[in-house]
Amino acid sequence: MSFGSLDLNTTWFILIGVLFTGYAMLDGFDLGVGLLHLFTQEDEERRMMLNSIGPVWDGNEVWLVTGGGALFAAFPNVYATVFSGFYLAFVLLLVALIFRAVAIEFRGKQPMRWWRRMWDAGFAAGSLLSSFLIGVAMGNIAWGVPIDARGEYAGTFWTLLKPYPILLGITTVALFMMHGAIYALLKTEGPLHNKLRGWINNTIIFFIICYAVTTMATLLYVPHMAARVRGNPWLFSIVMANMLAIANIPREIHRGRDWRAFLSSCLAMLALMGLFGLEMYPNLVLSNPAVANSLTIRNAASSQKTLGIMLTIALIGMPIVLAYTVSIYWIFRGKVKLDKMSY
Amino acid sequence: MNVLTLSRLQFTLTASFHYIYPPLSIGLGVMLVLMEGLWLGTGKPVYHQMARFWTKVFALTFAIGVATGIVMEFEFGTNWATYSRYVGDVFGSALAAEGIFAFFLESGFLAVLLFGWDKVGRTTHFFATCMVCFGAHFSAIWIVVANSWMQTPAGFHIVGEGMNARAEITDFWAMVFNPSFTDRLFHTLCGAWQAGAFLVVSVSAWYLLKKKHQEFARASLRVGLIVGLAASLLQLVSGHTSARGVAKNQPVKLAAFEGLYQTTTNAPLTLFGWVDEKNETVIGPKMPGMLSYLAQDSTGASVTGLRQAAPAPGDRPSVNITFQLFHLMVVIGLGMIAVAALGFLYFWRGSLFEKRWLLWLLVLSVIGPQIANQAGWFAAEVGRQPWIVQGLLRTSEGRSAVVQANTVLSAILLFSAVYVLLFAVFAYLLNDKIQHGPDEGDLVPAGKLALPERSKP
Repeated sequence: MSFGSLDLNTTWFILIGVLFTGYAMLDGFDLGVGLLHLFTQEDEERRMMLNSIGPVWDGNEVWLVTGGGALFAAFPNVYATVFSGFYLAFVLLLVALIFRAVAIEFRGKQPMRWWRRMWDAGFAAGSLLSSFLIGVAMGNIAWGVPIDARGEYAGTFWTLLKPYPILLGITTVALFMMHGAIYALLKTEGPLHNKLRGWINNTIIFFIICYAVTTMATLLYVPHMAARVRGNPWLFSIVMANMLAIANIPREIHRGRDWRAFLSSCLAMLALMGLFGLEMYPNLVLSNPAVANSLTIRNAASSQKTLGIMLTIALIGMPIVLAYTVSIYWIFRGKVKLDKMSY
Repeated sequence: MNVLTLSRLQFTLTASFHYIYPPLSIGLGVMLVLMEGLWLGTGKPVYHQMARFWTKVFALTFAIGVATGIVMEFEFGTNWATYSRYVGDVFGSALAAEGIFAFFLESGFLAVLLFGWDKVGRTTHFFATCMVCFGAHFSAIWIVVANSWMQTPAGFHIVGEGMNARAEITDFWAMVFNPSFTDRLFHTLCGAWQAGAFLVVSVSAWYLLKKKHQEFARASLRVGLIVGLAASLLQLVSGHTSARGVAKNQPVKLAAFEGLYQTTTNAPLTLFGWVDEKNETVIGPKMPGMLSYLAQDSTGASVTGLRQAAPAPGDRPSVNITFQLFHLMVVIGLGMIAVAALGFLYFWRGSLFEKRWLLWLLVLSVIGPQIANQAGWFAAEVGRQPWIVQGLLRTSEGRSAVVQANTVLSAILLFSAVYVLLFAVFAYLLNDKIQHGPDEGDLVPAGKLALPERSKP
C-alpha cells in the first residue's frame, strides 16, 4: 500500500502515542483495582475486585506488549537505547508484571488463608511497582536522560531516580488508583460498592494534589515540557479540557453518574497524553544535557518502507481489534457475580 | 563471566523456560477445538466435560506463557540492543504483527473461552475457542518468521556502515517466506501439537491406571492418541524436509548436526556417538549413505563438511553440543511415533486398558515432546553460532553496549528466583487439577449453553 505524501514518521509517533494512551486507559483501571485490593479485608470482596477485571486485564496488558513491539519496529533506536539504558528498571517492571499476572490467576485456585494472603500481597505489590515504574519512565523521558554521541544511554540506574520522575511515578499511582476506583464502582454492588464510594473521594483528592504539584514542578523545573503550549496559546484549550475533565469527576460521582465519571477520567488521560506528546514532538527521548543527541522521529526511525508496511498492518488489524474488544466488554457488561468459574 | 556469556545465559534460561508453555497452549488449543467440536457434533455430555476440564489446564499454561513471554519481548532491547538496532526494521514488523494479529486475538477471546461458558451461546463459545487456538498458531507464525529470518535472511538489504549498519526490508513477503520459514513453522507446530496431545494422553492414562473417571479418560485418550499419532507422523515428514532445507541453506549447521568434517559423497548418518572436536572425527555406529539420502534424497550425493563450509574454526558452532542435541531430538521423535502407534494399536484392539506397562509408558510420554522441543530449539540456535543473524551479525556484536556484567547477573538471579517459584506453583496447581479430576457437574451444561443451538434469541 502506498501512502503518498503522508509523513509516516509523524504518523507512527501518533500511533505509538495512541497505543500507550489505550494502555493507560485500560490497564490503568486494572492496575488501579490492584492498588485498592488490600484496602478491603473480606475475601468475598477481594474476589469481586479481581473478577471485575478478570476477563479483561490480560487483553489490556496486550496494549503494552503491542506498544513495545510497535516501538521496536517503528523506532528501533529508541527501543534499543531505552530498554538497555533503563535495564534494571525494566527488569523490575517485568518481575512486577509477572507477579501480578500470576497472582491474579492463582489466588483463587486454593482456599487456604495463607495462600490467598500471599497472592493478595503479590497482586497489590505488583500493581504498585508497575504503576510507579511506568510513571518514572515517563518522567525521565520528559526530564531528559544523558545520551552519548552514539545514541546510547550514558547514565546509571540511579540517574533515573531524580525527584521529578519520582513525582511522576507517584502521580501515575494516584491517577490509576482513582481510575480503578471509578471502574470498580461501575462493576460492583452491595457493601463493597458502598465502601468504594467512601474511598473514592480520597483517591480523587490524592490525585488532584499530585496533579497540582506535578503541574507546578513542570512549569518551574521542566519548562521545555510547556514550551509548545506557551508558543501556541490556542493549545491551552487542551489544558483547559484536561482540567475540566478532572474537575468533572467528583461532580459526576457526587450525582451518582459513575459511568460519566469514568469517561471523564479517560478524557483526562487522553488530554494528558496528548499534551505529553505535543511537548515531546519530534523527540522520542530527550537528551539532557547534550540536546543534540536526542532521539527523534527522524534519526531513530525504521525505513519508510517498513513504516508503510506497518501502517498497512495497523490499518487492517486495529479495526478488528477494536471491534472485538468492544464486543468482549459488551459480553461481560454489568455488575460482577461470583460463580464457580470466577477467580 | 563476561557480559556476552551472561546475556546468552539469561536468554537461554528465559527462552527455554518460556518455551515449556506456548507449545502446550498451541497443542491444547487444538485439543479444545476438537473436544468442543465433538460435543457440538454429537451432543455427548462427556465431550462437554472434557472441554471444561482441559480448558482449566489450558488457562494454567496460557497464564505462565503470557507472563514469561513479555520478558522475551523486552529482552531483545535490554540485553541485545545492538542486535535490535540492526534487525529492528525487519524483525520489528513481525513482532508488531504478532502483537496486533495474535496477542489481541488470543487474550480477547480467552476471556470468552474461560468466563463465557454461561454467558454466551454454544456457537459463540465454540467460535471463541477456535479464535484462541487460531491466535496461538498465529503467534507461532510470526515468531517463527522472525527466528527463521535470523537463520536464512531474505528480502532485505544492508544500509550504512560499521556501527551504523542495519538491515532494511526490501520485500516484505520475501522476508516472511524466507527459505527456512515454512519448514521450521511446520516443524515447530508439529512439536507443539505433540506436546498438547501427549499431555492429554498422559493424564488420561493415569486415570485409567488409577481406575478413576474412566469414561472421561477413555474419550480423552482416544482424541489424544489420534492427534498424538498424527502429529508424530507429520513430524517425521517435517523433519525430513527440514533436514533438506538445512543442508541447502545452512550447510555449517547440518555438518554440525552430524559431526561431518570432510565433504563427502555417500555421507553416513551416525546413530549415536561422540564428536571428538580436537581430532575432527565422530565415534559411534554409522549408517553409510543415509545422511546423503536425508539431505539430498540420494545415497550417492555429496554433503558439505565443516572444513569446507566453515574453514575457520571461529566460524563453527560447538559441534559436539549441536550433535548431541540434534540426536536427542531425533531419537525422541522416533520414540514418540512408536509410543503413539503402540497405544493406538492396543486401544483399537480394545486391550489397552489391561496393559499396565503400556499405560505407564503413556503416562510418561508427556515428557518426550517437552525434551524434544527444547533439544530441537537448542540445536537450531546453537547450530547457528557464532552468528546471531546467519552470515550478517555475530552474537558477540549483538549485545547491549552499555549494560554491565553485574547488572545482567542480578537480572539472572532475579529471573531464576521468580521462575523457580513459578514452576513450583505451576506443578502444584497442575497436580491439584489432575487429582481433583473432571467435574461431574460438567456433564450437564448450565446457563445459555444448555439451550439448543438454534433456539438462541
